[in-house]
Amino acid sequence: MKFDRKDILGIKDLSVDEINVILETAESFLEISTREIKKVPTLRGKTIINLFFEASTRTRTSFEIAGKRLSADTINISASTSSVVKGETLIDTARNLEAMNPDVIVIRHSAAGAPHLLATLVKQSIINAGDGAHEHPTQALLDMMTIKEKKGTLTGLKVAIVGDIAHSRVARSNIYGLAKMGAQVVLAGPATMLPRGIEQMGVQAFTKLEDAIVDADVVMMLRIQLEREKQNIFPSLREYSQHYCLNSRNIKLARPDAIVMHPGPINRGVEISPDIADDLSRSVILDQVNKGVAVRMALLYLLTGGNE
Amino acid sequence: MAENKNMKVVMDKEVIDRSLTRIAYEILEKNKGISNLVLVGIRTGGVYLAERLKKKISSIEGEEIPLGVLDITLYRDDISISKKKPSLGKTKILFSLDDKKVVLVDDVLFTGRTIRAAMDALIDFGRPKMIQLAVLIDRGHRELPIRADFVGKNLPSSLWEAVTVNLVEKTGVDEVIIEEGT
Repeated sequence: MKFDRKDILGIKDLSVDEINVILETAESFLEISTREIKKVPTLRGKTIINLFFEASTRTRTSFEIAGKRLSADTINISASTSSVVKGETLIDTARNLEAMNPDVIVIRHSAAGAPHLLATLVKQSIINAGDGAHEHPTQALLDMMTIKEKKGTLTGLKVAIVGDIAHSRVARSNIYGLAKMGAQVVLAGPATMLPRGIEQMGVQAFTKLEDAIVDADVVMMLRIQLEREKQNIFPSLREYSQHYCLNSRNIKLARPDAIVMHPGPINRGVEISPDIADDLSRSVILDQVNKGVAVRMALLYLLTGGNE
Repeated sequence: MAENKNMKVVMDKEVIDRSLTRIAYEILEKNKGISNLVLVGIRTGGVYLAERLKKKISSIEGEEIPLGVLDITLYRDDISISKKKPSLGKTKILFSLDDKKVVLVDDVLFTGRTIRAAMDALIDFGRPKMIQLAVLIDRGHRELPIRADFVGKNLPSSLWEAVTVNLVEKTGVDEVIIEEGT
């Protein structure tokens, strides 16, 4: 099997083959979560540290459950309860954790590149669980897995990603991944939320939601970070939702069998109307969460090597 | 390698088929019919054999019996020491194993480690009434105290010989070959 990596830092540096190996492995892991006894002995004796410098429910829980279902010992450290509040630097924290011999460190940090720094410092495998506005590879992998399951393939699909592209690591990782897998990616958002030169990533960008979602097979809505309102990036939530909220009217522009995705947590009525979010014939938001556990199990499985 | 002169075909299509027919009858005899009987094939060779046994048993009894597919990779005892992770297949057991008579099916019984892993996996799915083992080839060299209940052919072999079960479903031909290892 072609998979020989120490770390998972971003989708950008994964090959199509590697993405396929991860997705296929994850598909095999789906079944474990449906068993009565949701545990296999594979990672017995391995230790996984979840080092979260940013708030998270889904991702942290998902990694923890993934580790536990593989019989690994998982430990969660959040910045608010760690020595970080005492002024310890990331590098010192990492060296101390390394001294306790874990096998995998999962890190989320507000600074882009923090996982990459860690990967060069410690011998353990590092998984990026989101670094600033840079990448969120496990989210993109679970998104691709969900799309593949619903649509049978990624190649040739039109995927619209709508919202605050500039600040979204989810968007960036998905753009890398979907483009590699042969999907057509179209973006929409207010001009202040579209990074300049984004077309160089091989995507089309529109300032109108309607222009992007026409004939889309997949509509991926991004969460509006409410704190951005204060930064004058958009005038008000109300105005944003008037132009960029996915609702039962504008969804008709997409293909009739289009699926709706959202990385969560959703702001009901801001970027997605409740009737769309809860419409199980379209919305795959909870499928995404379900796939997340399998994708993370697959990565933990693939990264934890032997004694060599 | 077909041109290897140290290669010997020890079972051909007809012999394999007759062995499976006999095993099907033995399974029915031992279990007094098909009540609570289920088959579980170990990926990948065991699955094809289990499918064939299911067909034979169903045609004898005039009733279908459940068939599950088991991938034992996650239960292997060498998984934490192997550098490269083996690729994972899908496990598919869509019925309860509680109080069932489970016949595990594999192509070759060798060290017994695969069967140990398979039994651990089955017990994670429930509490079978009993687990029996059917194999096409028993080549000896057990490293664990495991034996088969139903054997197609006992094939004395040395450790440096390779035993390969080719099945139509996988390689287009039904044959068991033994050859000098390299």
